[in-house]
Amino acid sequence: MVDVTPADAVPPAEVGEVELYHPHSWWTKYVFSQDAKVIAVQYSATATAIGLVALVLSWLMRLQLGFPGTFDFITPEAYYQFITMHGMIMVIYLLTALFLGGFGNYLIPLMVGARDMVFPYVNMLSYWIYLLAVLVLVSSFFAPGGPTGAGWTLYPPQAIMSGTPGGQDWGIILMLSSLILFIVGFTMGGLNYVVTVLQGRTRGMTLMRLPLTVWGIFTATVMALLAFPALFVACVMMLLDRVLGTSFFMPAIVEMGAQLQHNGGSPILFQHLFWFFGHPEVYIVALPAFGIVSDLISTHARKNIFGYRMMVWAIIAIGALSFVVWAHHMYVSGMNPYFGFFFATTTLIIAVPTAIKVYNWVLTLWRGDIHLTIPMLFALAFIVTFVNGGLTGLFLGNVVVDVPLSDTMFVVAHFHMVMGVAPILVIFGAIYHWYPKVTGRMLDETLGKFHFWVTFLGAYLIFFPMHYLGLMGVPRRYAELTDMTIMTESAHHLNSFISIMAFVVGFAQMVFLFNLIWSIRHGREAGGNPWRATTLEWQTPQTPPAHGNFGKELPIVYRWAYDYSVPGAKEDFIPQNVPGDFAPSREPA
Amino acid sequence: MSVILVFLLVIAGFAGWWLSHQRLTAKPWLEQGLAGDFVGFDRSALPTAKIGLGVFLAVVGCLFSLFTSAYFMRMGLPDWQPLPLPRLLWLNTGVLVLSSVALQCAVVAARKGQIDNVRLGLATAGFTTLAFLVGQLMAWRQLTGDGYLLASNPANSFFYLITGVHGLHILGGLVGLGRTSIGAWNGARPERLRLSIELCAMYWHFLLFVWLCIFALLAGWAATFIDICQRLLT
Repeated sequence: MVDVTPADAVPPAEVGEVELYHPHSWWTKYVFSQDAKVIAVQYSATATAIGLVALVLSWLMRLQLGFPGTFDFITPEAYYQFITMHGMIMVIYLLTALFLGGFGNYLIPLMVGARDMVFPYVNMLSYWIYLLAVLVLVSSFFAPGGPTGAGWTLYPPQAIMSGTPGGQDWGIILMLSSLILFIVGFTMGGLNYVVTVLQGRTRGMTLMRLPLTVWGIFTATVMALLAFPALFVACVMMLLDRVLGTSFFMPAIVEMGAQLQHNGGSPILFQHLFWFFGHPEVYIVALPAFGIVSDLISTHARKNIFGYRMMVWAIIAIGALSFVVWAHHMYVSGMNPYFGFFFATTTLIIAVPTAIKVYNWVLTLWRGDIHLTIPMLFALAFIVTFVNGGLTGLFLGNVVVDVPLSDTMFVVAHFHMVMGVAPILVIFGAIYHWYPKVTGRMLDETLGKFHFWVTFLGAYLIFFPMHYLGLMGVPRRYAELTDMTIMTESAHHLNSFISIMAFVVGFAQMVFLFNLIWSIRHGREAGGNPWRATTLEWQTPQTPPAHGNFGKELPIVYRWAYDYSVPGAKEDFIPQNVPGDFAPSREPA
Repeated sequence: MSVILVFLLVIAGFAGWWLSHQRLTAKPWLEQGLAGDFVGFDRSALPTAKIGLGVFLAVVGCLFSLFTSAYFMRMGLPDWQPLPLPRLLWLNTGVLVLSSVALQCAVVAARKGQIDNVRLGLATAGFTTLAFLVGQLMAWRQLTGDGYLLASNPANSFFYLITGVHGLHILGGLVGLGRTSIGAWNGARPERLRLSIELCAMYWHFLLFVWLCIFALLAGWAATFIDICQRLLT
């Protein structure tokens, strides 16, 4: 090895040392800040706030499903609006924004050893456009006719017709505009995340020394940059159909006895564009979660990640494959059976790299020194939930199984398990893990344990029974289920039970929010590296990291991110910026 | 969706080529020490701004590929009636080529440090680009005057949509060009000026390429070409 001490090392070709923007006033420091860490907190706070709206919407839906006929204010139209906004907010404005805008902004510069993102001004713009998108979205609640009720997939022709809430009012226009803004804002942020990983890495930080968190967020961002344009195109074209009367997606149609001016458009074209974005979106949310959970497990089991190279390759493979599976969301659209066969095959192939990742997480735990800290609990819960949701994905990936199940609660249970609960569990784990770095204080342990157990068990009690409802044939998207022969008395009881559990789990989130706010002032002092972790963000001179992250000199990286329990080393972890030779750690693969 | 898949294949090929140079088969747990023994794996020698623009252009390319994909899918439906392209578009194409050439000249001049030629190149590029935008608007007016309205046929809708999106991208580029020109007249640092001119030129060449593809698409040559390819394959 080349032994170079930081003192006589050639100073690395600095990124942005000259151009690093220094704030001059309170406004530019905390509000219009160009510091990625502040932007990250802004992104996270906005995403959490709008996420709470979506949480309340899900309660309202559960009130209607669990106790039909009891609440007069939940009309079928209102129910559809709740469904649509809940789905759209959770998938795009919460999960995407929080993983990439929140964790991406905070962790990428710190983990690769950069002072900031490479284009800080564009990064700031990205947040403000995201905020604008959120405000446009929220404004649709107050627009005449209310928000759109077209379902989160916004399928035309129904999305822009008068029978759908918001279809001929402001709802759909505001929804589409908000999405277009979101995509513009995200592209600005995404450029930053990608180019910072490419160009902002400090000396010694090769790609294969990056923590898996960075690999996950990086790959997800590349995918998002290539997938969001499809949604952009779909939104622009639908907006033209709705506002200027073009016929991109709208076929000739008779509404209330009157022939509409549209003619000859193809709703299937919209579905192709939407799912060309929509499927990669699943992995845009999942890959950062995969990366983060790898780091949580390795750190809290005090053991190097098993099969690091395989993990990296699997992330890349999943990213590439996810672009050729989109039509598995369209099995019921009447497609050519050969296409169905092709897309079922590619869908099932994705299970291979995904399964490799799951095995590697489990093998990392094997004979590790497992500390059941709260981040670790959430990581373990993620593995279980993700396997569960992934297995039902294998069911639904097959055309013959999907066709009868497609319109039932089974699908709702599947995607909530795999892309709702699983990534959210990782987000919670990540917040418990990195909160000490962001604030300098630990979150309260007791409240955290309470939050974990109620959330994990509660989420299971909500979504596991839904599989059975789906197998019984209970349809999704229906506001009123009372008079159906499918709805036996036991199914009604199950629905009421699910609704009550939804309230219990929602309450636990309030406890979590309280913990977040309370601990800023009253939490236990954390110190710089409370988890004794190896990655660079824990090696900053100040906690929380100051502007510029690393003090006078950037760290120099001498090893990979997973040197835990190295035989012969004094401590059970060796930070990435510590030079010196030790016997090679146990070989992972 | 074949156009976008081909585009992504190109991107994937490029990404694969780049990744294959990044030692993805390294065993990082065996390699301690400063990574100086494998020089060149830290970051690219290209300026960061250029890489950023390159990534952005990939996103723009993706956007136009998707429009093209949608164009081909919608084209196959029976109500499609192609519209006659205004002859003016040929002139516009020539003007856009001219602006690209002018920017390339500005790049060459900037490398040689001839500030007068830089200014001349930038001004020419700015005026020809404005002329292109005006020409596009005139083409729009000509078409609407002849009764080819936005909503009357999907071919018209796509024509206005795609040329409009392309025009907006040009307009965005003009902002960058304007900032560069201000720098050129106010005496910005030479190396900084050179970089921004190079970025402008890169963007202009790309948008010229996109325009040529769009032109071929709207004129129907692209469809004929694909038709021939399909016949050769079957």
